Amino acid sequence: MRRSRIASLLFALALPLSASAAELTVSAAASLTNAFKEVAAQFEKAQPGATVRLNFAASGTLLQQMAEGAPVDVFASADQATMDKAASQNLIDAATRRDFAANSLVLITPVQDGPAIASLQDLAGDPVKRIAVGKVATVPVGRYTQQALESARLWSALEPKFVQADSVRQVLDYVSRGEVDAGFVYRTDAAVMQDKVKIALTATGHTPVTYPVAVLRESGQKDLAVKFVDFLGGAAAQEVLGRYGFGKP
Amino acid sequence: MTNLLPAAFDWFPLTLSLKVAFLATVLALVAGVLLGWLFARKPFPGSSLVESVFMLPLVLPPTVIGYAILVAAGRRSPLGAWLREHLDYTLIFNWHGAVVASAVVALPLVLKSASAAFAGIDRSLEAAASTLRQSRWSVFLRVTLPLAWPGILAGTLLAFARAMGEFGASLMVAGSIPDRTQTLSMAIYDAVQAGENDLALVLVIVTSVLSVVILAVSNRYLSLR
Repeated sequence: MRRSRIASLLFALALPLSASAAELTVSAAASLTNAFKEVAAQFEKAQPGATVRLNFAASGTLLQQMAEGAPVDVFASADQATMDKAASQNLIDAATRRDFAANSLVLITPVQDGPAIASLQDLAGDPVKRIAVGKVATVPVGRYTQQALESARLWSALEPKFVQADSVRQVLDYVSRGEVDAGFVYRTDAAVMQDKVKIALTATGHTPVTYPVAVLRESGQKDLAVKFVDFLGGAAAQEVLGRYGFGKP
Repeated sequence: MTNLLPAAFDWFPLTLSLKVAFLATVLALVAGVLLGWLFARKPFPGSSLVESVFMLPLVLPPTVIGYAILVAAGRRSPLGAWLREHLDYTLIFNWHGAVVASAVVALPLVLKSASAAFAGIDRSLEAAASTLRQSRWSVFLRVTLPLAWPGILAGTLLAFARAMGEFGASLMVAGSIPDRTQTLSMAIYDAVQAGENDLALVLVIVTSVLSVVILAVSNRYLSLR
């Protein structure tokens, strides 16, 4: 009696393992959070039996996780540079790489008591005490911000005001709580918190924001992973991405 | 060893960590001794409940402490708004925030050991001192505190060690701003995230050596008494 109970317990414990046969782990840039949750749900519907596990963080952090051997099947980055690094570290299957979305860089301020900003030069003014930017080393939006501010010859002058964030969503969080006076995020992030942040301007002078995706070389689910990458380029996923404000690559 | 430390090694995170831990320990020591004495000697209805609240930082995840400080002192909070308006001061994204976070987290360690030390003192010694025309304050300073000191000191050293290792709450409150609020533990976190494994290794070695020295010195000091 007792033995059979233990056996059924072991069986129950083993169940999740056997169910993972069709489980896909997707590491995606933080800015894709809302859109990818919906895309993943649609993919699961289109592929009965498949489960998508989503892992969101700054692209550089995701790259580091994969370099350390994290079991990931698909990687979607918010910039080409991070995907290039993944390619040079031989982490991805280069043949599966493609761009699936585009975005733009915007400057946001808190809706409540935010400073009035009409140009990037206004950031140098006194009302702006703190500006949230992504960490340049790991967060793509930080590098786009650096390019935009360097084009405007403002980067080093503004540096004392910077508060570095771990991901674009942390920048959004800091601005929405009013702990900083301004921050650089993607247009799609600003849309997620329309009630708390407003777009002051759209930045220029940076490389275009495009999102590449690729299947990991060590993926144990290559077929399903390729299907997911194809699905991202399809009409259903593009409709979802468009609804969240992403452009076509 | 000389090769290990690059010429441009940034000592800022280390000095900031020491500064933050030292100030946090002083805050925790003062508050911990006063509260410990209060709870051990002047219990009031519900005092054990109040004591439990002060002990919470020992049990709660540092993220909860960080969140609580953000809610209490953030820019939109009444306190944060007042400080900003009247003193042009902000605790958030300021290294002072790391001091407050570390002090809150370290307080239970001083509080518990101080309270136990005060409770363990032979009250007749204080009574004897009172008969020698000593004021209550003088009895506290000359008799009570010296008798309780070994216990308080042990708690204080633990508090310093805890404050040195603080990460979660400080990161949430002070952020990780290089050369301004980035402590040693945050510098390690950033280095690992950015894949700068050599830098991370150097920082880990520095932290470990420093911690061993602090613990060894405090062990020696404590065993001498």
